[in-house]
Amino acid sequence: MIYLSGITRLFQMGDQEVRALSGINLKIASGEYVSIMGPSGSGKSTLLNIIGLLDRPDLGRYELDGIDVTSLSEIEQACVRRKKIGFVFQSFHLVPRLTAAENIELPLILNGISPTNRKSIVEEALLKFDLSNRAQHRPAEMSGGQRQRTAIARATILRPTAILADEPTGNIDHRNGTEVMALLERLHHTGTTLIVVTHDRELGARADRHIAMRDGEIVMDDISERPNEIE
Amino acid sequence: MRLSDTLYLSIKTVSSYRTRSLLIVLAMALGVAAVVILTALGDGARRYVTNKFSSIGTNLIIVIPGRAETAGGFPGAVLGQTPRDLTLEDANALAHLPQVRRYAPLNIGVAELVAASRLREVTVLGSTAELLPVRHMELAQGRFLTRGTGHGAQILLGAKLAREFFPQGNVIGQRVRLGDRRFLVSGVLKFQGESMGFNTDEIVIIPIDYAQALFNTSSLFRILVEARSRNDIVFTKEAIFDILKQRHDGEEDITVITQDAVLATFDRILRALTLGVAGIAAISLAVAGILVMNVMLVAVSQRTSEIGLLKAIGAPSADIHHLFLVEALLLSLTGGVLGFILGQFGSLLIRLAFPLLPAWPPTWASLAGVTIAFVTGLLASLLPAERAARLNPVQALSAK
Repeated sequence: MIYLSGITRLFQMGDQEVRALSGINLKIASGEYVSIMGPSGSGKSTLLNIIGLLDRPDLGRYELDGIDVTSLSEIEQACVRRKKIGFVFQSFHLVPRLTAAENIELPLILNGISPTNRKSIVEEALLKFDLSNRAQHRPAEMSGGQRQRTAIARATILRPTAILADEPTGNIDHRNGTEVMALLERLHHTGTTLIVVTHDRELGARADRHIAMRDGEIVMDDISERPNEIE
Repeated sequence: MRLSDTLYLSIKTVSSYRTRSLLIVLAMALGVAAVVILTALGDGARRYVTNKFSSIGTNLIIVIPGRAETAGGFPGAVLGQTPRDLTLEDANALAHLPQVRRYAPLNIGVAELVAASRLREVTVLGSTAELLPVRHMELAQGRFLTRGTGHGAQILLGAKLAREFFPQGNVIGQRVRLGDRRFLVSGVLKFQGESMGFNTDEIVIIPIDYAQALFNTSSLFRILVEARSRNDIVFTKEAIFDILKQRHDGEEDITVITQDAVLATFDRILRALTLGVAGIAAISLAVAGILVMNVMLVAVSQRTSEIGLLKAIGAPSADIHHLFLVEALLLSLTGGVLGFILGQFGSLLIRLAFPLLPAWPPTWASLAGVTIAFVTGLLASLLPAERAARLNPVQALSAK
């Protein structure tokens, strides 16, 4: 469960103070599929960064699975991020000098899992995401779809409770985009919370719940139409 | 993150950026190699000089006529300030000292040596049979001066002179003329090269009384005394002063130099020189350290997005810090070890090229070289590692 209350994020741009988020109140239940849409500068990525504990709000309270994560230390936040959140980025963010298998292995390394256990977990993930024949290939040797599948495999290797996807199909063609979304939705169907930030209306429409943002505020949240689902 | 994994990821990174890594390793290696080779040269020179002195005998005490107010060098005797000469009687008086194992009075001069239709000027040493053990000389053939006063006009030839005058090798028993006197060759010295300012291969040695007659003098150039042990040197020196002061009517008109003191002075000077060159070489290590820092700072800039990614997937700042630290340490240590090997190899080449110079790198220098490389790498990586660890993940992820 993600619970945001009065989340405000301010940025200093020269002399001016910019409100990237202004008193956001949001509840996302475990296992929900949510899309966040809005024009550039509306604050959707900032919101995603705060939900993913990459950024701290200036005001407000954020509870993740009942724990106030805003007051956690940097190390504790990193630990929560590692275990509960999986990021999928528009530009994949794969380490160029590592192979697909090694990129997928990274979260396991950070989590202190032994090399023997890592090997079997990575092999399983490669199989699951249809990357077995690309295991020893570097990102530069893979297609956009394969790179994003590698990134999704890396994001989900530790079975996070939430996947945060920022324009996950932004850098790939339509066919691969559809494939990637199908993959993310399959993960959602296993009970993982899926939050997708996108400009793409078609992509946003695939979600069960649609949030629209403008000027750092939520201007539309169709949860009101289905209040019982959240409760 | 486990230490082994930090090491694994760092090795991966280091091996991925081959050119960059190679350059850092090379810079470090050259710095360490310079320390090792230069200290090997300095220490080799020190050992060469001290060995030369030691080969003459570390229990050696040299008595010189004339008084020097300050220590060192050739005192008044050379400048003609001697109030009273040293004589053979003075030398013989030293024989009664219990601390004296043996002594050799010494006269020196230049005379014309003629033999086998050949002629040249040679340095002539006049002494006794004791000169051989006191100066640790060795004979190639024949025998040294006979003990006692009943010896004849015998002469020892330096190895080079023997070869020049008698190339056939039949030297012993040959007659030669030195100045206006005739001598019978009794022995030939071994090749020894330069020692105490003489090329012993080009000298001749004759009995002291013959030398004094040849040079028309009753005074001695100096007296070489060998103490019974190294510990006796100070007492022997005092005893020599006492006995000669007594013989010279209470006048303290001699100078006593101990081989030990000369040796220690040379040792100190050359050790300081070695440290000096090691220090200069160590500067190159500092330069290499700055290179490491520069390259690591560039690496942080180049890998900003990767650092953001690592943070996004749950790496705490400490892990990022350790990754960059270990990476720089790996490079420095590899450079250090390679430099050590290069240094050893370089020293070996010097020893092969100059067999007389014992250019063995001192252990302390090798250890210090590698340690300085490691510490320099550590210090140089602190700032880049800290910068990487402090990166804001959101900004880092948006970096191109």
